[in-house]
Amino acid sequence: MIDLYTRRRIANATGLTIAVAAMAFGLFWLCWILWTLLGRGLPALTPMVFSQMTPPPGSSGGLLNAIFGSLMMTIGGTAIGTPIGILAGTYLAEFGQRGWLAPITRFINDILLSAPSIVIGLFVYEIYVVHVKHFSGWAGTIALAIIVIPIVIRTTENMLRLVPSTLREAAASLGAPQWKIVSFVTLRAARAGIITGVMLAIARISGETAPLLFTALNNQFWSSDMDQPMANLPVVIFQFAMSPYEDWQSLAWAGALLITFSVLTLNILARVLFRQSASTH
Amino acid sequence: MNAENIVKPRVTVRDLNFYYGKAQALNNINLDIAEKKVTAFIGPSGCGKSTLLRTFNRMYELYPKQKATGSIILDGKNILDKNQDLNKLRAKVGMVFQKPTPFPMSIHDNIAFGVKLYQSLNKHDMEERVEWALRKAALWDEVKDKLTQSGMGLSGGQQQRLCIARAIAVKPEVLLLDEPTSALDPISTAHIEKLIDELKEDFTIVIVTHNMQQAARVSDYTAYMYLGDLMEFDDTSTVFTNPKRKETEDYITGRFG
Repeated sequence: MIDLYTRRRIANATGLTIAVAAMAFGLFWLCWILWTLLGRGLPALTPMVFSQMTPPPGSSGGLLNAIFGSLMMTIGGTAIGTPIGILAGTYLAEFGQRGWLAPITRFINDILLSAPSIVIGLFVYEIYVVHVKHFSGWAGTIALAIIVIPIVIRTTENMLRLVPSTLREAAASLGAPQWKIVSFVTLRAARAGIITGVMLAIARISGETAPLLFTALNNQFWSSDMDQPMANLPVVIFQFAMSPYEDWQSLAWAGALLITFSVLTLNILARVLFRQSASTH
Repeated sequence: MNAENIVKPRVTVRDLNFYYGKAQALNNINLDIAEKKVTAFIGPSGCGKSTLLRTFNRMYELYPKQKATGSIILDGKNILDKNQDLNKLRAKVGMVFQKPTPFPMSIHDNIAFGVKLYQSLNKHDMEERVEWALRKAALWDEVKDKLTQSGMGLSGGQQQRLCIARAIAVKPEVLLLDEPTSALDPISTAHIEKLIDELKEDFTIVIVTHNMQQAARVSDYTAYMYLGDLMEFDDTSTVFTNPKRKETEDYITGRFG
């Protein structure tokens, strides 16, 4: 008979081994993806990528119009979605304790949060693109904003709920009205977490392809007109990677590398920011 | 209850009942809080001492399903009255909590926050008020060179004194202290007890404490509560040396609770 202490040590060692193996399994694929991406993307990442437009097959070119389009629509989507998301999240966490509106809003938001992005693309196609009769940067921006909103609502609400209720009580005990408590105390206390949520939302939309396919489509030429079809990295990658032309394929790798590293940078930035704020609380 | 010995009551509690939903937490409380004295509420956990304290500024109103009946008279008005303006009430009745609650802003702004709700002082007057409050809270010398730094960067004891400074900066009449030292080390506790002694020159103070020695040290009157009832209320020296009820004696001698 093995004694209790040895049994515990064996159970501990087994558990630890399985956990480490699971982590290694996950990391293995991530590393493989990054390795392939670096191997194929780095050689393709020439200065021309940042200075030339997407080329016709067989000629040299870059991704400037797609990078610009992606930036415009990501910034636009974030600028529209963030205020709506923060306001709605604040309502849910701070004002919606009584009544039926908050639970319903929260439930619908959860559905929106898990809605496939292609559905959101089709939705914007149906309500906007069909009516103006052409694809456009605005349509892409709206689709991305709809993806941003539920993410920001969720993180804002969660971060505000982490603010200890004694802080609210302390502000209330001074006689502060609720709007002042929320805007000067609780939102401020949750600021870093909310910014983290916004950054994660940006990271999420900067790689979305499906909603842009039905809205912004693509544009082979330079265009800064948001009312026209607009080039963007995800759709360009999708098209170029599927093509039989080698120069298009290598541009797709370069684009994929760009997106991956901007998302990675945003994620790391978000984490650093969140940790800093956690240590000052 | 023994309330006739209070000469100048500042707050008069009559027939106060309190409910968390359907559960009754305070049963028919009657007591007087003496002006510019320290009144301590003691009793085992769950006896209702914090609940009673939180009716004095209607803090319970933040939460649905909590309600109080009866009367708490301050300046001739029942503060439980629906017409009572909550913000005006809380300007008169300040509160300090168990855990320090500095706001996520600078030390100066922490104190100015409450003052700005009631007065529009110019920059110079506001600076004077901040200094006055910090001096009153015995914190000025430690923070005078870093007023623009975050209040969250202070030590626990300093944070609690900042919260006291913030509460008195509004110049309330009554100061409620809800276990103000239970999260602090002995040195900070001694600081704050000395402070309570000084503050009672200007303010009427009500303190909830788990620490009986603290009640004996800082208070003039002591109320012993048990299961939502006010068991005994008298001069602190009487309660601690010659309690009228067996239950009180058992509690303060540590045989119970």
